Amino acid sequence: MAIDRPDQASVLTLHEPASAMPPAGPLAARLSRRERYAELARALMRSKTFVVGALILLFWILDAMLWRVLATDDPSAVDPTATLRGPSGAHFFGTDDLGRDVFSRVLAGAESVLTVAPAATALGIFGGVAVGLLTGYYRGLVDNVVMRVIDAALAFPLIIIAVLVLAVLGRSTLNVVLVIGIVFTPLVSRTVRSAVLVEREREYVAAAKLRGESGLYIMVAEILPNITAPIAVEATIRLGYAIFTSATLSFLGLGLRPPSPDWGLAVASGRAFLQIAPWIVLFPALALATLVIAVNLVADGLKQVVEE
Amino acid sequence: MAVGTVPAVQIEGLRISYRRRTKLLSVIHDLDLHINPGEAYGLVGESGCGKTTVAMAVMRYLPPNAVVESGRIVFGGENVLTLSESHLRRWRGDRMAMVYQDPGTSLNPSMRVGAQIAEVYRHHRGMSKHEALTAARDMLEKVRITDPGRILRRYPHELSGGQQQRVVIAMALATDPDLLVLDEPTTGLDATVEAEVLDLVEQLRNEFNASILFISHNLGIVARMCERVGVLYAGRLIEEGPAEELFTQPRHPYTLALLRCVPRLGMRKDTQRLDPIPGSLPPLGAEIAGCVYADRCPIARERCRHESPPLYAVNEGHGAACHYHVEVSAIPPSAEATPPAARPIEGGVLLKVDDLVKTYRSAGSDLTAVAGVSFDVRWGEVFGLVGESGSGKTSLAKTLVGLVDATDGRIEFEGAHMSAAKQRKNRELRRKIQMIFQNPDTALNPRHAVRGILRRSLKLLGNLGSRREQEERMLELASSVRLQPRHLELRPAALSGGLKQRVAIASAFAGMPRLVLCDEPVSALDVSVQAAILNLLVDLQLERQVSYVFISHDLAVVHYLADRIGVMYLGWLVDVGPAEAVFNPPHHPYTEALLSAIPSLDLDVPRPRIKLEGPLPSPAEPPSGCRFHTRCPRYLGDVCRDEEPPWQSDGDGHVYRCHIPPDELREAQLAERE
Repeated sequence: MAIDRPDQASVLTLHEPASAMPPAGPLAARLSRRERYAELARALMRSKTFVVGALILLFWILDAMLWRVLATDDPSAVDPTATLRGPSGAHFFGTDDLGRDVFSRVLAGAESVLTVAPAATALGIFGGVAVGLLTGYYRGLVDNVVMRVIDAALAFPLIIIAVLVLAVLGRSTLNVVLVIGIVFTPLVSRTVRSAVLVEREREYVAAAKLRGESGLYIMVAEILPNITAPIAVEATIRLGYAIFTSATLSFLGLGLRPPSPDWGLAVASGRAFLQIAPWIVLFPALALATLVIAVNLVADGLKQVVEE
Repeated sequence: MAVGTVPAVQIEGLRISYRRRTKLLSVIHDLDLHINPGEAYGLVGESGCGKTTVAMAVMRYLPPNAVVESGRIVFGGENVLTLSESHLRRWRGDRMAMVYQDPGTSLNPSMRVGAQIAEVYRHHRGMSKHEALTAARDMLEKVRITDPGRILRRYPHELSGGQQQRVVIAMALATDPDLLVLDEPTTGLDATVEAEVLDLVEQLRNEFNASILFISHNLGIVARMCERVGVLYAGRLIEEGPAEELFTQPRHPYTLALLRCVPRLGMRKDTQRLDPIPGSLPPLGAEIAGCVYADRCPIARERCRHESPPLYAVNEGHGAACHYHVEVSAIPPSAEATPPAARPIEGGVLLKVDDLVKTYRSAGSDLTAVAGVSFDVRWGEVFGLVGESGSGKTSLAKTLVGLVDATDGRIEFEGAHMSAAKQRKNRELRRKIQMIFQNPDTALNPRHAVRGILRRSLKLLGNLGSRREQEERMLELASSVRLQPRHLELRPAALSGGLKQRVAIASAFAGMPRLVLCDEPVSALDVSVQAAILNLLVDLQLERQVSYVFISHDLAVVHYLADRIGVMYLGWLVDVGPAEAVFNPPHHPYTEALLSAIPSLDLDVPRPRIKLEGPLPSPAEPPSGCRFHTRCPRYLGDVCRDEEPPWQSDGDGHVYRCHIPPDELREAQLAERE
């Protein structure tokens, strides 16, 4: 009958972690990696914003790859006998001032945008992640100096910097990619840095330091895998801006050169005929708008899912 | 329930599930309970057992994905679950009120305290602005806040945690509600503040007539505050009864196991092993045919696996959901609970800390977290470090382990001078001094599998080059912390809190350390897991002759584990010595206050509570003279305010920092205990 009776002053503490809301709790946590990705995919599929954006984006990506099959005409074939024709059965979107088929040019124009913008975004993300990791992890003087320089750089409108640099470097697809990528680097680095500032205070970073990991290892192998979500969101947002910026640069005559079916270029050259042949501007502009909106929808959907 | 009384709250057959995609996960399973008018009912259980869900259901604050499948909650003659929204809005804050765990988040940070309390009166009582402010002031007086007039004009962030919780309680009681739901009201607070808040609730019970639903994971607090107690396990009420009877004669194996698995003040590692509960909670929403506890129960039989036990009446007002409740009192402590072999004492000083200072500099103000601390840690010894938040415990640990640089003072390790810079450069030093962190959720990188985490530790600390060597040592290491080989392939998120902490421990022990700093290693864990981790730490220490610096705010845990103890207050070490000497008079008045603040399960002997007046001063502006003088219950006068106290010794290597000499202090403190 020996019951273990508390004979002394007793402290009985059923400790529990501060947050104990069941639904998001242990069950959500006990998923394997594959299940987590499946879960993420399911959540994305439930988001209407994401699905609509992704479908439009998918359409343009397929088009950028397959426009040679889809186009009804050679986009650069000049036809002096059929200039400034309105939309018809022969030319769905009409023809431009040189008699080129606008429908085929719009389809073909996706290729340049969807080459320049993702490449520029990738460059900007890469640079931004590197700068953000270094400044956020090491802090100190370097962080202060770099961040102030970035503040100063950001005081200029993005497009002005791009115009200045391209005027000096000369226009080429590569230069457009470089310029947009470089301009994005400080923007991305700020997002990355703020995520790093949170992660570096976590105890697993302290534990890594205690076992003697190098700074590089901690940044790349410990911190980076834990900030992929904000980076992914930032990348989609940047992609939208990159599309817009590359079109703007083309419009200003600092991007691709004329015979290219680039949308920005088309809007610029069609501007003169806006009164008599609005379709030359309208369709490339609509194409650009749908693409930018699609990317932004994807970004929004992703952001919502990631933040949940 | 006495015949004829109408309960204040009656919960009948309550069944709540959470919707998760297409599935419904059962969280609360056929819960029946009632709270009598003016009664305090305690609901206890470990995390994930459904306590908070019950509280939320009573207030009808359930999250949108919660589904009430059946049952009623009758309050004031009406079913709360079917009440109209407008009705409900009037009731909440008027007839029923709730106090949450974290007072900081239940107050609006952009509103002055006075306006916030006044809002309750204006909304529910239709008072004018001026009347409401006067009423708010009166209410603050009732919750015994010093200088209520001044507090009214403050913003919440300007108040201490204890003051914030008083304000929240004032708001909850403003309308004299019939039901007050307290959901872990003191969990985020320090021991001495917690004691204050509990005292307050106790006093207010005499002035207000509210029935109380008191939710806590702390059995000691519930034992003190409540008349009746219910124990929740996996969403089921498994035992219910009068507090005293339930805690002295538990009739459900789970209640008994809970009472046994925590170290009680007075238990020591060398005389008694802790008795952990084997296994773990069934997963959320699991369909269980028989008794929910059968898998972990020492007396479970075939019948338990397919026949769900009803709440058997075992005594008047005492029920236990166990088919074999008659046998519960005869359950012996589990075989593992035998005391470990006597430990060899090696002697010799491993770590010598001399006048260590750690100051954090920031623009504007310096904060001295550790202000001249000296102590020794001997070979193979556990040095316990206790103190409230802000006392500098963690800063001290981080300095010792080399995560931050010491500002001043000297640290010697194995007789050689040591600094953070040396620790960063010297692999041997890193290997020998490791740390176990408080929160296993953040101490392990969520993106790395256990195998990867341990491999890095073995590679860098264990100096193991080849993969095969690492692999062999990894299995050895994993088994030494009782991890299964299959756990190696999992990521931390797939592990329970206890398993995560085992991985963190394994990682710290990868290089055969000499000194391990344990920063609150069990305070984030549920009790049933806590016992197993503490046992593991004791085993590892004995096997490997490691020294620990063991930081905890839980005095019973420190007393169980530590050979010597240091008590910190505002960056000072105020009391150092062998565990027994520190826990018994004469000891520093602060130690005395800490000990008296422990919520006790010992209901027969009421212990005097030593109250600490006033808030904890900021370490940025420590008080002059003795740092404790602003709150000291044994304040002598000017000498305490003006002069730093000397170290006093009462022999046996026990020293404390106070102006009162040992004989005098002993007499005064023993007199207090009478």
